[in-house]
Amino acid sequence: MSLNLFQLLNGLTFAALLFIVASGFTLIFGLLRIVNLAHGALYLFGGLVGYSTVKLTGSFLIGALASMAFVAILGVALDKGLLRFVRGAELRQVLLTLGVAFLLNDIALVIWGGDTYTVPVPEALMGAMRVGSVFYPKYRMFVLGLGVFVFIALWLLINHTRLGALIRAGVDDPETTEAMGINIRMVFLGTFMLGASLAGLGGAVGGAFLTLHPGADAEILVFSLAVVIIGGRGSLVGAATGALLVGLLNSIGQVVFPELAYFIIFGPMALILAFRPLGLFGRTA
Amino acid sequence: MLEINDLHAYYGDAHVVQGASLNVDVNEVVALLGRNGMGKTSLIRSIMGLASPQVKRGSINWKGQALLGLAPFEIARRKIAYVPQGRRLFGSLTVIEHLTMLKSASAKHGWTVERVLATFPRLAERRSHRGNQLSGGERGMLAVGRALMLDPELILMDEPSEGLAPVMVQHLEDVISDLAKQGLGILLVEQNLYSALAVANRVYVLETGKVVYEGAKEAIEHEPAKLTQFLGVK
Repeated sequence: MSLNLFQLLNGLTFAALLFIVASGFTLIFGLLRIVNLAHGALYLFGGLVGYSTVKLTGSFLIGALASMAFVAILGVALDKGLLRFVRGAELRQVLLTLGVAFLLNDIALVIWGGDTYTVPVPEALMGAMRVGSVFYPKYRMFVLGLGVFVFIALWLLINHTRLGALIRAGVDDPETTEAMGINIRMVFLGTFMLGASLAGLGGAVGGAFLTLHPGADAEILVFSLAVVIIGGRGSLVGAATGALLVGLLNSIGQVVFPELAYFIIFGPMALILAFRPLGLFGRTA
Repeated sequence: MLEINDLHAYYGDAHVVQGASLNVDVNEVVALLGRNGMGKTSLIRSIMGLASPQVKRGSINWKGQALLGLAPFEIARRKIAYVPQGRRLFGSLTVIEHLTMLKSASAKHGWTVERVLATFPRLAERRSHRGNQLSGGERGMLAVGRALMLDPELILMDEPSEGLAPVMVQHLEDVISDLAKQGLGILLVEQNLYSALAVANRVYVLETGKVVYEGAKEAIEHEPAKLTQFLGVK
């Protein structure tokens, strides 16, 4: 029983991290119609920037904020510097972001080398705490809480603010949104920055319990893709549901069917795609 | 106020607006008539600066300033509002969210949420409903209300009476007439000839992207031959 609770918590905390990363991915996918394959690289960059900043300042909070800010700026550079030349051409956007992912990976390799890094956990979050019948790492419980906080904050932003209404309008019909006097490019840019900064936050937070290494970007990207495909493009609730499913299936799969761990995630994903091509909460554009 | 001269617009190689010229003044309702596929919607979209069709020649001036080359949001912020064909409401936004895209709900100047809801009382009962939960008539009212929240001086309406019950069409005609009396210019694209003639001061008829008739509505109203020739009605 204790082992099961441990697995459940592992699944939930991994789901929380996946949600933080994938919510940014789904915002960008939903509004800008861009499958941003550089999202994993933004996660890795965020993690590495966070690692260096924490090492430099000794503050995890400053490290996380620096990750978010740096990756948000990277997002602006990507959107304004490259993606604006291929607006509306989905395949070109996909290929472009894939190229950017390779580029960022190589830049990370040049700066940080091929070593494996772990973002130092703040002292207050070190050690374990009792959760039911098990002792569980405090830091992972913090990540779970942060995931819930990010979900609530994003839900309030999207559903109860004027900016959120504009983002939803842009998801529904960008052309009409612009014809109503809204500078949809600024909404796009703001959303891209927000989505990218969430990848950065995910990198800093995830880098403390998953290691940061060359290739970590591809791993998180594949999971994020699964989350968004299952949940549906542009849906926050979908991203949360998808993250929960993928997090729990991954955790249980690794223990119960270690040889089939990936199949246990991607098998259900394929089934969902077959019967609900837009995902569980996806809507037509 | 709005002056369009020798406008040519294309969808790819298709030349959909072929040298159209027209103007709309304050205090008047101008109907743009024509059969399906004659370029009416393309002309309206060209005025709004939407991505397609592509305008390649001609000019669109608003109060003496060129609109060509401006983004749609810049055109809208010059007080030109747009009621698109098919309404194109936002399925995930409530009635109130549609009305507060540019202005806060507490705004006191120009068109306010209260004033729109007083104009269309039915919307007040549906204030928390989402765009995709409204009936056809309510959608039509909201599309017009959303445009009014821009405090427009000119409204481009693309078939606002499409699919509405006769009582709703009558209500819409009253609203359009009232708006013109308040000093707005209205360019009205209509399939419903009689609805257009009920409110219009002047009429343009488009045929294959060209203006083939221009005149006071009385002139075309009393010329059955022209109605038959241009619009296919007797």
